[in-house]
This record gives sequence, structure tokens and C-alpha cells, in this order.
Amino acid sequence: MAHNQAPASDGESVPRIRVQDAHKRFGDVAALRGVSLEVQPGEVVLVIGPSGSGKSTMLRSVNRLETLTSGRIWVDEEEVTARHTDIRRIREEVGMVFQSFNLFPHLTARQNLMLAPSIVKHEPTERTSARAEALLSRVGLADKADAYPDHLSGGQQQRVAIARALAMNPKVMLFDEPTSALDPEMIKEVLDVMLDLAKEGMTMMVVSHEMGFARAAADRVIFMDEGEVVETGPPSSIFESPGHDRTKRFLEHIL
Amino acid sequence: MAAVDDRRRLEVSDGALIPARDDKAGFSAWRISFFGAIGLLIALPLVSPKPFWEILRFIPDGVLRTFQVTVFSIVFALIIGLFTGLARISRITVVNRMATVYVEVVRGIPLLVQLYYIYYALGQFVRVPRLTAAIIAMSVCYGAYLGEIFRAGIQAVPKGQMEAALALGMSRTQALRRVILPQTFRIILPPVGNEFIALLKDSSLVSILAVADLLRRGREYAARTFEYFEAYTIVALVYLVLTLFFSKLVAIMEERLGAHHRSS
Repeated sequence: MAHNQAPASDGESVPRIRVQDAHKRFGDVAALRGVSLEVQPGEVVLVIGPSGSGKSTMLRSVNRLETLTSGRIWVDEEEVTARHTDIRRIREEVGMVFQSFNLFPHLTARQNLMLAPSIVKHEPTERTSARAEALLSRVGLADKADAYPDHLSGGQQQRVAIARALAMNPKVMLFDEPTSALDPEMIKEVLDVMLDLAKEGMTMMVVSHEMGFARAAADRVIFMDEGEVVETGPPSSIFESPGHDRTKRFLEHIL
Repeated sequence: MAAVDDRRRLEVSDGALIPARDDKAGFSAWRISFFGAIGLLIALPLVSPKPFWEILRFIPDGVLRTFQVTVFSIVFALIIGLFTGLARISRITVVNRMATVYVEVVRGIPLLVQLYYIYYALGQFVRVPRLTAAIIAMSVCYGAYLGEIFRAGIQAVPKGQMEAALALGMSRTQALRRVILPQTFRIILPPVGNEFIALLKDSSLVSILAVADLLRRGREYAARTFEYFEAYTIVALVYLVLTLFFSKLVAIMEERLGAHHRSS
């Protein structure tokens, strides 16, 4: 997938996401123990690892839903972890999709998409409304624009949630186990939307164990365990010839 | 999980007068009490018009005054309660502590004592009209209770809602106003309805400040004619009809909102 290729790391291009020696403690528990990684513009990175490996914590630190104990994170050239950074401006550019969808239940699908652009970016209603329509039809839900989330299936809700994140026109999309709360028959419809997004060149960081998606769309797989990055590489090499025992053992469990 | 528990606790917090949703039987307790009371209010004046019809003509002023006290108090109490609830979840320690102290102090003092205190004790320094004092005391008291309901209601909204709003670039205030509070209002509607009904009943306490509410009018009538049994029977029946009417109204509103949106 040529259009997904990261630009040559000639030292001049700025990575879209850069994590440097990230540590995070929850009381006595060390969730992250020195994670460093980079995601290049247009790159699709899948983060895998056993539960409790810190992958969600790492993802949530990128838009500062979690604050690191130490370490630094940049999105483009802006430092997320710096105290005086206007985190809201960064969050506008970093879309996030949650395991539990988190759609706003008191708003229709269309209103879910319109809320943030109108109150954060002060875009006029005609524009946010037209954009909501376009995004909903892009995720195949044009006919559900006026439905409330409770009247949508899990797969439909997650597609609306993706569209809601896209409505802010983000440069990066973070996915935190987007299909783990879904019934098996609904996983494909969500992955298809993510696949389209990857093909269009969106920079994506996905915490997920969907190997099919990894093979089809990921440029790179990062394996995390016990708060550390154990190894990273293209999907084929990680899945077929993992370099570490821990990776091997984990893959045996989930494949 | 915690959210579910919170919601359950909300519904049983105050001895709920709200009729259960499945209470559709022809002879439900609500129907027997409500139509029984209305029946008596019609039958008694017909059977013996002399005291009862006179009493019924004497008390409407009092009903209006009771409404006035109740409506003004609940409106102010809701405003106080909203801000108290927000302060109770505030991360600013001073604000948080002040609200908590207010809630503890007010909940620890009987409403009757608060009424005396605001009208007579503070009245030594600032003289306010009886009705105003009554409304202030009721609002301050119920504001504390409603503050706790608002706090629980805000905390009952799943954490992911705030996270999703923040992740979209909203400020905490925007998220609160546009995402959290609209959901809170739905959650707290039944307990707020309960508080409204409780306030309606407690408003009878203001009669000790000689505010001419429903109870006071009944007492005035009885004091003149010595027909205590008749006067207070009518007063009790009118209170009963009012509270049962509003409890039904709250139940219907709750059902409407529930049908429109049933949260996860």
C-alpha cells in the first residue's frame, strides 16, 4: 500500500506522534515503563499486547486523557505533555474512538456529529450539518441521521462514533479497542470503515487484536507487554517470525 | 457499574410517592387514594354543606399561597442545588469544602428550626417579610438536598461521556453544559419530583410564621368556629389530592422521557 508508506525517515520529516520514554504509575502499579515510539504521517500502526500491558494507557496519553508520570509526547511539533500547551487545540486534531462508543445518548446521530464542530470550532450550522450528512453516508448510515444511539446496533454506534471523530477533521485517529465490545457479526462493518480510512491515508494508531485488519491495513505492528514495547515491525514479520519469546507466546494465545 | 448502583440508590432515596410504572391495575393504591379523596371532597359538602362547603370556600386563598411558597422555593432550591452539586464535584478544594459544609449544616438542622432561625433570629438584624423569610428558608434547606441529588446525578453519567467530549476538544465547562447536564436532568427527574412533593408538604410548616397557607387557613377557620375535625379533614384531603396529583404527573413525565431515550 504505497500511499500508506511513511515518508523516508531522513531526520527532516516530523513524526505525527512521538512518544519519548513514557512512564505512568497508577498508585503502586506501573502501567508504562519507558515507552518510546513514533508514528509517521499516513502510517497505520496496530498496537497489540496482553491486557494490562499498558497499550490503552499509552494511547490515552497521546491526547492527555491520561497524564504521564514522566516522559514526553508530541503530536506534530506540539508537546502534549508540556504544562502550558493548550491541550484542547491538540485534541481538535486527534480523533479518538472508544471501546464503549461513548456516543451522546441525548443527541441524534447527526447532532452527535455536529456538536463539537459547532461549539469548539464555531462552524455555522449549515456547514456542520452538511458535513454530518456526508460523513454519515460515508460510514453507510445516511438513513440513520435522525436516530438516537439507543436505537442503533453496536456496529452502527461505533460507525457513528468514528464519523463523529472525523467531523473535527483530525490529522490522527486513535482507536482504543474499537471492536472488542461488538458482537462478532458487527465487527466487519466497523473494520471496513477503518480500512477505508487507512486507504485514504489517515494516520492511525489502533489498539486491537484484529489480525485481519493488521494484515490488510497496518504498516507496522507494535507488541507491548508489561508497560514496555517488546518489538515492532511490519505485520508479516511480527506474525510469522516474531523475534521475542514473549511475542511468540502471546500470538499463540490469540491466533 | 458504579453508575448503575448510583441510579438505583437515587430511586429509593426518599420514600417514593411516585407510582410504579407497572401500577396499571384498576384498583391501584394511587387510584383508591386519589379518587377516594376527590370523592370525599365532593360528597362531604353535598351531605352536610354547612361546615364543609363553607370551609371549601374559605381555603382557596391558602391553596394559592401554598403553591406560591412551593413554586418559588423549588425554583430557587433548584438553582442553589445545581451550583451546590457542581461545587461538590469541583476539584477546587475551597469550593468543594464550602459546599459540603453547607450541605452538612443544613441537613443537620430541622426545617422548622431553620424557619424560626431565619425569621426570628436573623430577623433581629435584618427584617424581611414573613413570606420572603419562608421562601428563603425552604430554598436554602431544599437546595442542600437537591445539591446531593445533582451531585449523584452528575456522577451517574458514565465517565466515558466526559472523556468523549474532552477528546473532541471541548472544554470541561462545555462538556458539562452540553453533554453531562442534559443527561443528568433525565436521571434526576424522579428524585427531583419527589423533592417537589416533599417540599409541597413541608410548606405547611411556614404556617408557623403566620403565612396564610392552606394549613393556616384551615386553622383560622377552626379557631373561629371550633369545628376542628371538619376543617382539618378538608385540609388533609386537599393536601392529599395535591400530592397524589403531582406524583402522577412526575410518573408520566418520567415515562415519557424514558420512552424517548433509555440509557444503557
